[in-house]
Amino acid sequence: MKKTVISVKNLVKKFGSFTANDNLNFEVYEGEIFGFLGANGAGKTTALRILSGLSSPTSGEVIVAGYNAKKDPEKIKKNIGYMCQKFSLYSDLTIRENIMLYGGIYGMPKTLIIKRTEDLLDKLSFHEYSDRLIADLPLGLKQKLAFSVAVFHEPKIVFLDEPTGGVDPITRRQFWEMIYETANRGITVFVTTHYMDEAEYCNRVSIMSEGKIVAIDTPAKLKEQYGAKTVEEVFIKIARPDNRPHPLPSPSRLSGRGGNWVGIE
Amino acid sequence: MQKVVEASGISKKFGETQALKNISFEVNEGEIFGFIGPDGAGKTTLFRIITTLLLPDEGEMKVLGLNSKTGFKELRKNIGYMPGRFSLYQDLSVEENLNFYATVFGTTVNENYDLISDIYSHIEPFKKRLAGKLSGGMKQKLALSCALIHKPGLLVLDEPTTGVDAVSRSEFWDMLKKLKQYNITIILSTPYMDEAMRCDRVALIQGGQILSIDKPQKIKEGFSKKLFRAKASEKYGLINALRQYPETVTAYPFGDSVHVTFINDKFDNSIFMHLKKMGIDDAIITETEASIEDRFLELMKKA
Repeated sequence: MKKTVISVKNLVKKFGSFTANDNLNFEVYEGEIFGFLGANGAGKTTALRILSGLSSPTSGEVIVAGYNAKKDPEKIKKNIGYMCQKFSLYSDLTIRENIMLYGGIYGMPKTLIIKRTEDLLDKLSFHEYSDRLIADLPLGLKQKLAFSVAVFHEPKIVFLDEPTGGVDPITRRQFWEMIYETANRGITVFVTTHYMDEAEYCNRVSIMSEGKIVAIDTPAKLKEQYGAKTVEEVFIKIARPDNRPHPLPSPSRLSGRGGNWVGIE
Repeated sequence: MQKVVEASGISKKFGETQALKNISFEVNEGEIFGFIGPDGAGKTTLFRIITTLLLPDEGEMKVLGLNSKTGFKELRKNIGYMPGRFSLYQDLSVEENLNFYATVFGTTVNENYDLISDIYSHIEPFKKRLAGKLSGGMKQKLALSCALIHKPGLLVLDEPTTGVDAVSRSEFWDMLKKLKQYNITIILSTPYMDEAMRCDRVALIQGGQILSIDKPQKIKEGFSKKLFRAKASEKYGLINALRQYPETVTAYPFGDSVHVTFINDKFDNSIFMHLKKMGIDDAIITETEASIEDRFLELMKKA
């Protein structure tokens, strides 16, 4: 029997007259690697913010790790981990300080923090770097550490927002092995990515378009259903249903805060 | 064939960091030439040297037949550069930005409109909108229009598709292919390995060094071993079990399967017995073709 750790029913989120999330319905299970895909501005970030307790739904019921996103967002925050590409660690603290800071923020007992910090440094073979500032670390190591810190308090779910952007292919693979290992321990991994080959690494994926979920299934079944060889082909077929091949966003969507373009701000 | 870029022995240091180490390459006229590599590989530094914004510590950079050190004034008129960060004026409208760039380069929008019409027509309905209020995809199209409006001989695009969804990336590549008919040479960088296949030639770059330069098909063919793909329902278990098999050289996750190489480029029944012992009883192993990424991984490990 699969245990549900995220349950979303009729989720709607509006900003003024703009509907960012338009009646979303889905479930995510314990220990699952769930890929949350969509075009720029499709509403992924909005949904992710609600699921992680940072924003409240306009209507609908969202239950994450057993808590209601509208009533108990603080409890959700305690029971999840979060990592994004842009910011995850404090550059002017050392590796050890960062790890211990996160343990402290999540209210872990000091003895446990100390023990797990040593375990983590062992596991990552980071002892020689432990007193170096984050700013001095190469990107790949930073991302691995950021992920480890996000699951340091053993949350039920970890949210990863484009965790592997710009990372070299070897590090990306090591990163995904860390994700597998984490999911094997029963932690649910909820991940967004623009690398469509990474979608194939997930147990199930959903594809969002214009505020709606237009597909949700295992990568294998989606490929079969759309007669596609890769998830990328499926994505290109359905992520923008209208105005193809050269869609113009409708003016109502333009007024929203879509289009999360790294480097083009 | 005309050489648009001739780089020989380019090195660049920032303090202790060696950003580029003795890099040499040539780009031919009309080519789409891609630099493929992760963040910190040196792509941006190299592009700033090509566009005369930086001087190399060592080596010589010739662009469009001119030395980048002595001919930079002339060169800048002939290069279109789209940096990784959005570089347009956010508080000018779409139309004002385009006019501004045209004027700076001593031309008019009308003069070269045919060159950009395909791209600009997508954003023209919003020409009165401030550039800062555009969506990501539209910003990208405007930036490309502005980089092209003076009909440059060389177009340099620094990670134009980073953070962009797969649909927009695919559209962007279609636009670049169309530019080929105007004989504009395009140099671009990308962290997405799959985009390498869309280039005429690519250079794989890592740690300030070029690992390989060739046609993408040739780079794939350079993979030195026979590659196999293994599939099982328990993927994490499969990776670990494959690594413990004595004949295995490499095993790493790749999309929905695991890519494996073996010492003698073959496997026999003993692997299935080994996997079964490790709790994997539904494994399927077949031979597969290496991709650019497989080759990149192989070169990175050798480097």
